[in-house]
Amino acid sequence: MKVALFIPCYIDAIYPEAGIATYELLQRFGVTVEYPPNQTCCGQPMANEGDQGNSAAAEKLFVQNFSGYDYIVGPAGSCVKHVKQHFDAIPQTDEVKAVRANTWELVEFLHDVLRVDALPWAYFRYKATLHNSCSSIRGLGIAQPSELMGPYFNKSEHLLRMVEGLELVPMDRPDECCGFGGTFCVTDEAVSAKMGLDKIDDYIRNEAEFIISPDMSCLMHQQGIARKAGIDLKFIHIAQVLNGGPF
Amino acid sequence: MAAKRVDPAANAAAFLDQDDIHEPAHDQNLWAARMKRDAAAKAIPEWEELRNIASQIKEHTLTHLDQYLEQFEANATKRGAKIYWARDAAEHNQHVWNILNERKISSIIKSKSMLQEECGMTQFLETRGITVTESDLGERIQQLDNQPPSHIVMPAIHKTPADIAKIFSKAIGTDPDNTDPHYLNEAMREDARKRFLQAGAGMTGANFAIAETGTFVVCTNEGNADIGAAVPRVHIASIGIEKILPKVTDLGIFIRLLSRSALGTLATQYTSHFSGPRKGGELHIIITDNGRSKRLGMDDFWHSLKCIRCGACMNTCPVYRRSGGLSYGATYSGPIGIILDPTFDESKYSELPYHSTLCGSCTDVCPVKIDISDQILRWRKVMAEKKYLPISRRLAFTAAGRIFERPTLFHGVETVASAALKITPHFLLYNRALNPWGRHRELPHFAKQTFREWFMQYKLKNQEDKQQP
Ligand code: SF4
Repeated sequence: MKVALFIPCYIDAIYPEAGIATYELLQRFGVTVEYPPNQTCCGQPMANEGDQGNSAAAEKLFVQNFSGYDYIVGPAGSCVKHVKQHFDAIPQTDEVKAVRANTWELVEFLHDVLRVDALPWAYFRYKATLHNSCSSIRGLGIAQPSELMGPYFNKSEHLLRMVEGLELVPMDRPDECCGFGGTFCVTDEAVSAKMGLDKIDDYIRNEAEFIISPDMSCLMHQQGIARKAGIDLKFIHIAQVLNGGPF
Repeated sequence: MAAKRVDPAANAAAFLDQDDIHEPAHDQNLWAARMKRDAAAKAIPEWEELRNIASQIKEHTLTHLDQYLEQFEANATKRGAKIYWARDAAEHNQHVWNILNERKISSIIKSKSMLQEECGMTQFLETRGITVTESDLGERIQQLDNQPPSHIVMPAIHKTPADIAKIFSKAIGTDPDNTDPHYLNEAMREDARKRFLQAGAGMTGANFAIAETGTFVVCTNEGNADIGAAVPRVHIASIGIEKILPKVTDLGIFIRLLSRSALGTLATQYTSHFSGPRKGGELHIIITDNGRSKRLGMDDFWHSLKCIRCGACMNTCPVYRRSGGLSYGATYSGPIGIILDPTFDESKYSELPYHSTLCGSCTDVCPVKIDISDQILRWRKVMAEKKYLPISRRLAFTAAGRIFERPTLFHGVETVASAALKITPHFLLYNRALNPWGRHRELPHFAKQTFREWFMQYKLKNQEDKQQP
């Protein structure tokens, strides 16, 4: 199984430990992981603005970098959702379609492809809560959205339950958007910040020490708000918890 | 002259900044409605199937609209109603005016109708000397405060009881310090009674119009539409062309979905069927297009016509809850507003599609399965193509587009950006105009080593290890 690691730009620059954890974790399951070094960005920021012209170049490069792999795995729901569902600024050749179909979000990949059923090395002795991003829930379907009626499932939670010592606490509004929304967090700053603050409030009410998420972009926004407000909450990527570090 | 562009982000900031009472109450009240909706939906095992069927019925009807509209006209006419066709708001308002004027009617009482709102009917009639009284409590509050409704089901939900007490004290002389909802409600009821009795005509909208029977259905919780239709001799109903359902048996699906989605109640208190004029009365039905057939022709957006105006997408929308409906500066607010309003004026409402995080909750909550969130993104594409994007945003993304397309440039910039962040003085980063991120947020700390750098080192080390004997 030939797997390419897709490390979105902000993880590369701000949260390399999430990338490292993803890389190590995949190797633990005997997967051959390659990291195409010329990768930049999937084009999501531009595409989300509706800017097709400026997304096209990023999309083309993405396909060049990731063509030919069995799986492309990225530890970021919103970027993966973009590739899978919105990557349409360039002509949809067979190559483009294959790259899109082979791209997986990390939790999905662990849960659905590797069918992980034990994480004997993982130990995390904290009270934590899970923030699945909107892209992961409503876009990729890693958990049952609260709006839809049907049997409950939550793939991130399923994996976290295998981590020794971890106490998962529930939230009052578990899948309410945190207000990051890409450029939204700057162009609609007041609403974005209030949504983030309400999220932080929810964490504090439920006495979480750590916030664990498969999407670091949401956490970047939430962490910024918590720090500014002087609130001591810790934010961490799910790969770090599942891999047992680096912390 | 082009209408001034609405700036929902700035309006929402003002709503948030006014005090610590309005926005939290607004958020909590609407969230409570969403929770009640979840409970009501959960109690129906076939909920998702109902949504599917409702969506299919709407799609079928919308793609055979001409045939069902004619059928409705024929059947309603048989029952003694008079049918009028209106292409746009002007024709709609003219029909209403003609009916009133011919009968020398100078005051009307109306129940909630988003279509009449869309047409600016009240203002049109008032300038012609007609007294118009809203009979829905929330609408009446908004009318007395000179504001349009902020929510399609709960028009005054952005107001607190204290706000309402103040408005009523001025308008009908209640005690400004008494904020008890029962007291205020009763006072308004007394005031409205007289107006019902004096009105020369009652106006309603319609939630559904049934082609097979020529009947239309109005759902309310206050029964105000019923008095409006029953007391004055003349009843005028404004019905949008998309309200048609083929058969009476279709209705059950929608009645089960509507109130559960809206407020989490099993049904509205009143579900009234109007089948022709009552004895000695007149029934006038104005079937109105006002941009709907144009929307029907838009491949990317015609699904928005399935909307049954339940407001669930507004209740669930995390951005709407923090913004208040008036921030959208349009007849329709919230997610459904974002996708409807630009069909009326693309330039004026070009910023609305950006007032969303694209979280997708609206799509999943919508009882008729409108792909609201996807349509919001598609509207962004329209706005970007037509160059409605603010210039600063466009330039930033042109630059980003160039950088992302060239790896060496990208990795260079990445290092420069993190270097700059380490040295830039705090005041610059927290400057309101330069960096909105920093006002409520601490900037992220850039890592000492990027993942790429780590990986290169790691690989090198691995190779060295392997080479060692
Ligand atoms: S778009 Fe859907 S959820 Fe929103 S008001 Fe219309 S029917 Fe209700």
